[in-house]
Amino acid sequence: MSQAVERAIDRSNMTVSDEVAIQITNMNKWYGEFHVLRDINLTVNRGERIVIAGPSGSGKSTMIRCINRLEEHQQGKIIVDGTELTSDLKNIDKIRSEVGMCFQHFNLFPHLTILENCTLAPMWVRKTPKKEAEEIAMHFLEKVKIPDQAHKYPGMLSGGQQQRVAIARSLCMKPRIMLFDEPTSALDPEMIKEVLDTMIELAEEGMTMLCVTHEMGFARQVANRVIFMDQGQIVEQNEPEEFFNNPKSERTKLFLSQILGH
Amino acid sequence: MSDTTNSLSYVRKEMLDQQPAPRSQVGASRWIRENLFNGWFNSILTLISIFVIYKVLAGSLPWLFGGVWDATSLEECRAILNERFGNTHYACWAVITERWNQLIYGFYPDTEYWRANLAFVLMLVALAPVLFDAVPRKLLWLTIAFPFILVWLVWGGTIWGPLSVAVGFALAGLAFKLTDALDSMAVSAISAVIVAFLWWLVIGPIIVGGLDSALPVGHLQEVESRELGGFMICVIIGISGIAFSLPLGIVLALGRKSDLFIVKTICVGFIEFIRGVPLITLLFTASLLLNYFLPPGTTFDLTLRVIIMVTFFSSAYMAEVIRGGLAALPKGQYEAADALGLDYWKAQRLIIMPQALKISIPGIVNTFIGLFKDTTLVMFIGIYDMLGLSNAIRANAAWNGVYWELFIFIGLVFWICCFAMSRYSQWLERKLRTDHR
Repeated sequence: MSQAVERAIDRSNMTVSDEVAIQITNMNKWYGEFHVLRDINLTVNRGERIVIAGPSGSGKSTMIRCINRLEEHQQGKIIVDGTELTSDLKNIDKIRSEVGMCFQHFNLFPHLTILENCTLAPMWVRKTPKKEAEEIAMHFLEKVKIPDQAHKYPGMLSGGQQQRVAIARSLCMKPRIMLFDEPTSALDPEMIKEVLDTMIELAEEGMTMLCVTHEMGFARQVANRVIFMDQGQIVEQNEPEEFFNNPKSERTKLFLSQILGH
Repeated sequence: MSDTTNSLSYVRKEMLDQQPAPRSQVGASRWIRENLFNGWFNSILTLISIFVIYKVLAGSLPWLFGGVWDATSLEECRAILNERFGNTHYACWAVITERWNQLIYGFYPDTEYWRANLAFVLMLVALAPVLFDAVPRKLLWLTIAFPFILVWLVWGGTIWGPLSVAVGFALAGLAFKLTDALDSMAVSAISAVIVAFLWWLVIGPIIVGGLDSALPVGHLQEVESRELGGFMICVIIGISGIAFSLPLGIVLALGRKSDLFIVKTICVGFIEFIRGVPLITLLFTASLLLNYFLPPGTTFDLTLRVIIMVTFFSSAYMAEVIRGGLAALPKGQYEAADALGLDYWKAQRLIIMPQALKISIPGIVNTFIGLFKDTTLVMFIGIYDMLGLSNAIRANAAWNGVYWELFIFIGLVFWICCFAMSRYSQWLERKLRTDHR
């Protein structure tokens, strides 16, 4: 599964500050009777690049979806950028506009062009004038290397290009934190690299990132921390070097042997 | 993988270019062979079909095109036919030319036909920017003003009545904006409704009464609702029903999917009740019963009551059609809209509805066409639409016995309208197809 990252990574901006970006304390979540997230405690500092791994059904997607309240937690506290997530819609919308998210299936808006996809939220949420929003959008589309596709519709683009547009769309809101929910899982191997490269560039600029991914090569090279989850709990977390070379828990060892085994 | 035996090894030297398809696989001759004369059995079926079509056309075309267009009664028409052909196996289209005005305008005063004509032309202009986005957007102002102009033109009176209704809407909008700061959709909506009704029921009528007598601007001869009829009433009821049932249907569809228990219950109750009752029952309610429930002395125009009932009826269907469109949208679209920080109404307006409505276009137009044809049911509550008029025309001794010609004409008028809607919807679907699946 792992994809080798070929070029050297510029680590000059990849610094972790003391400032807390996300704080999750004693968070629990149930789907009906099913206890999906159990006693999650996680502090993310600004500038951290965290990869969350684990078998399917371990609750890793659910956990990061709680951070921008696509999923509601029932117990505990989540504080994002100093604002606590409660059922207060104003707070939720504020947090969502500062936390960007990329999905496994891109979820671009098929009825809008690439450019319109990128300008929509800045114009309607941030009230940015159209012209300025388009400039911002073109800036980020250039960054993800698809400015020439700006006037096409998502359906005309390849999966990798769509995912890069989705990243650009999130960046147009100038988020302080980016969440990635298996961004490469729906892509052909040839396209995974272009998306990972985009994510690496983002990391190089010092973006705070939480990525649910199976790309262990990415985790090794970019992450400053790898979290392993199973059965709705954080089982182990460590620096990538230690995590991969010297896993402590039996469950982690088993998982790693399975995904790195061939 | 490494050392290969020669039988397994293959390397392509060059990539192939596209080749044209074989000649026998394209063109008209292929179509005819494949569709009409594909084997002996299908060839026989084709020949039989051609014979049947010939027989039907041979029987009907002379009747249709040999008809008389100029006569004042069925008797006269038949006399002309007897003289010309020696029999009466031909159509008497004269009934349509002679009663044309009645079929189109009903019993509208003939000195005022220009008003109906003007309203019709304005309607087409007002519809243009809604239907085609190449039309200048400024025309939308006419679209907004058109309902009030229509009421003024068709029913007459001064401009103050329709203007007052428009002011009510404007005040409601203002109240909505002013309470926007309170950040509660419900408070804004309720205050808007209260302000509007306060104006319409209390303040407005007083001012309108005063202005009507003091300053009768734009006074047109008043026309009663029962004088309206023919094609005109079909268009008025049909277009109003279409225009109001789509937004109401959207609201009901959203309400039905809402998390708010009371909103949801009301919407489900409304939809299930209206859908479970025949339209004709609702129309009788509109014409007979509704007055019992209104305060004595209130005059509530019959046409308006019918429009409300027709709107309710089709909006219930519309809601279900749109709900289907909403259900067809992937959950990811909602999540992406949420994740970008769009609130519920913006997400609905910018992301969800454009897509859901696009998916539902066939169903929506289906409902529109059904509604338009259902306007003929108003004949049962004493409104003389074209069908009602066809009865009235036959009741006259001059045209007693004319059936086919009138029904064919009415059918044709409806068919043209409905076919136009159908073609438009297909065009729109093609235009909006951006997903390139």
